[in-house]
Amino acid sequence: MHTPVEIEAFLERTLLKVQKPARYTGGEINQVVKDWNHIPTKIALVFPDLYDLGMSNLGLAILYELLNQRPDVLAERAYAPWSDMEAELRAASIPLYSLETKHPLAAFDIIGFTLPYETLYTNALNILDLAVIPLFSAQRNEGHPLVIAGGHAAYNPEPMYPFIDAFVIGEGEEVIEEIVDIQQAWKRCGASRQDLLLSLAQIWGVYVPSLYEAHYHPDGVLSHLEARFPEAQLPVLKRIVGKLPPAPTHFIVPYIDTVHNRAPVEITRGCTRGCRFCHAGIVSRPVRERSVTEIVETIEQALGNTGYEEVGLLSLSSSDYTDIVKLVEAVSQRFVGRHLSISLPSLRIESFSVDLMDALKDSRRSGFTLAPEAATERMRDIINKPVSTRQLLDTARAIYSRGWHNLKLYFMIGHPSETIEDVQAISDLCKAVLAEGRKLIGRRAQVTAGVSTFIPKPHTPFQWVPCDTLEQITIKLELLKRSLRGPGLKLNWNSPEDTMLEAWLSRGDRRMAEVVYHAWLGGAKFDAWKDRFRFDIWQQAFATVGLDPAFYTHRLRPLEELLPWDHISTGVRKKYLADDYLRSQQGVTRDDCRERCYACGILPSFAGLRRLNTGDVWQCPEVKSPQGMAERLHPLAINK
Amino acid sequence: MIRIRITFAKTSAMRYTGHLDLHRAWERTFRRAGLPLAYSEGFNPHPRLNLASALPLGFTGAGEVIDAWLEQDLPLSEIQAALQRALPPGLQVTQIETVDLRLPALQTELEASEYNLTFLEPFPELADRVQALLSALSLPRQRRERDYDLRPLILDIQILPPDGLDRPQLNVRLVAREGATGRPEEVIAALGYDPQLVRVHRNRLLFRVG
Repeated sequence: MHTPVEIEAFLERTLLKVQKPARYTGGEINQVVKDWNHIPTKIALVFPDLYDLGMSNLGLAILYELLNQRPDVLAERAYAPWSDMEAELRAASIPLYSLETKHPLAAFDIIGFTLPYETLYTNALNILDLAVIPLFSAQRNEGHPLVIAGGHAAYNPEPMYPFIDAFVIGEGEEVIEEIVDIQQAWKRCGASRQDLLLSLAQIWGVYVPSLYEAHYHPDGVLSHLEARFPEAQLPVLKRIVGKLPPAPTHFIVPYIDTVHNRAPVEITRGCTRGCRFCHAGIVSRPVRERSVTEIVETIEQALGNTGYEEVGLLSLSSSDYTDIVKLVEAVSQRFVGRHLSISLPSLRIESFSVDLMDALKDSRRSGFTLAPEAATERMRDIINKPVSTRQLLDTARAIYSRGWHNLKLYFMIGHPSETIEDVQAISDLCKAVLAEGRKLIGRRAQVTAGVSTFIPKPHTPFQWVPCDTLEQITIKLELLKRSLRGPGLKLNWNSPEDTMLEAWLSRGDRRMAEVVYHAWLGGAKFDAWKDRFRFDIWQQAFATVGLDPAFYTHRLRPLEELLPWDHISTGVRKKYLADDYLRSQQGVTRDDCRERCYACGILPSFAGLRRLNTGDVWQCPEVKSPQGMAERLHPLAINK
Repeated sequence: MIRIRITFAKTSAMRYTGHLDLHRAWERTFRRAGLPLAYSEGFNPHPRLNLASALPLGFTGAGEVIDAWLEQDLPLSEIQAALQRALPPGLQVTQIETVDLRLPALQTELEASEYNLTFLEPFPELADRVQALLSALSLPRQRRERDYDLRPLILDIQILPPDGLDRPQLNVRLVAREGATGRPEEVIAALGYDPQLVRVHRNRLLFRVG
């Protein structure tokens, strides 16, 4: 295996030949370097895309800080090299290495991928290949690292099942520690790799795909997933933390500019709104909040540790944070005059949001963003994002009259039951908004419409519906491109092919893994990059494997069909999702569940945790009934 | 308001940080240090920092210079201690002084730069090539499709003893005035060597005296 000295020597000769060499050097402030020879467990945390993107991933930042607090663990980072660097690595037969100590990834005990979105899959394979680690779990032996993966895409792990030894379903903060403990015990006793996998399978929130076998009906629909070992849980319930742990504050500050080059502070996790298209809104339930005091202290510490000039207050819906007014007051008082920009994304469409942004004196160059998601009230009721057009126009007026010139509006096309009139309405609404802006600030007013295409994501009330076809998407986009033009109007859209790939990968079953593998063999990587994505490679991969992509994306699935991700439980019942889906077909909305509990299933799934974390820490109702026989703190106990 | 002048070294991973990113790294260093950096007025205020000279990507430096304006008059020892705690790996402060607020911008005072070049591969013809370069009356070269003469930009080249790894080394002094800047990679190319196989270290910046 290559030594860090050899890798350093390679870098010395290579870095000036590649773009942005600082992607590959490490050595930034707040990176943690421990004594390799005296730490028993070494973990490489990998974001399978460029450093420039991966550095802003909060999930890995949390795990990096948490793991490095353990004296018996070191955690280092690795990212996907850009093609110029990949060519240099391959030409010199140098394996992919960690940024901190320049050890080859194969020298680590655990490789932990984050998979926040599906278009990273081929990059993950490419990284294993660059690291000279066998791609398939079945080909790895006791001498290879344990390869684990988590992140939002892991809620449907099946398209990656043969490549990953164990998936973490849900929140990683606690479960990663348990994985480390098990791995250490296994290493000490020198048992087989299979023994390690069987032990891991018993951790709450860990899914070991090799312990299961999928069976299909002749028509290709999943018949059942068989647990081949008693240790294999069925279903696998996601892991959550009862209370958000202290937020990370020792962010590594990159030397080069990166996406979201700022200190992120998660103010809440989860969302009570129940937008029917929203994957994050379901999988990250229940809502747990940090207190105003904790958030302000976290910002203070993060600024002291990093020197960042920008803070991002992160949540799925900032307006819904219980003490949002107090938070904004506290933040603006404490940090005024420090030349700091504070962003508060995901605000509701109401003029109060403008007050909030005004109080934060957020930099106005970037514009104000609202996400109506659909342009007609009918359609917004169907997707359960009920906002009246009048309210939207009122908000737009408030935005323009308070000093913002550019209003960014996010929409989706392809919602269930969408007609061409609903698409035309996007253009009409943007023009109506612009007209309001013109009245207030004249020609300076701008509207930027961002249009993406709806993908029926697993675990959402829309998981049964088909996607628009390429042709449908193209027709709708053409309409928008024709009508949404003129001074003050700008349209951004996702290519239909990008949408298709994301849809296939997010809705795939185990057979999709072969497509992913063949696409990678065919040269697919950086699929999330417009200029790198090759649709033809994926079409060819489907042909090679003999699968029909339409089976995954253009088929209305019956409610009783077993879905490839049904063995993964988010805690929300399938029955609840189905009810909500039927309501959508009648245009019936569901209120914010803070107002009233709709029994989605989260509380019975995690009653023990709720009982331990009383009060407003959770936004679900308190569990008042006495503890029943079936209820345990550890949900797995139910199975035993 | 005070104006401080910092001489610093830029080493290790920091050498792959370009000029704008270095500027930002300094801003964040001051912010971590809790020092009251002054900001420009206007719609989009930016920190009042002024680097004497851009150091190209990949070069290290021992005597780089930056001016910083602070809103508050603080003792130098306090500033130095605060910076010391906040500096990222790859930046080291070697000297710090208060200077007159009215002094002209650093770039306008710069006269020359002195570099050490280390050749990663053996270069037996080095002495002859240097001699040829120095005795040339002009060295016509092209950079960014513009013809220019490199020779008047070279003030001096001296052959140094090889380093610890027995690699040949040169000391080169080049003109570094606004609009007339000699580039070490151009000198290396003029010597007939691959600039990517040379480590470039800027020893110091030479400013106009008085």
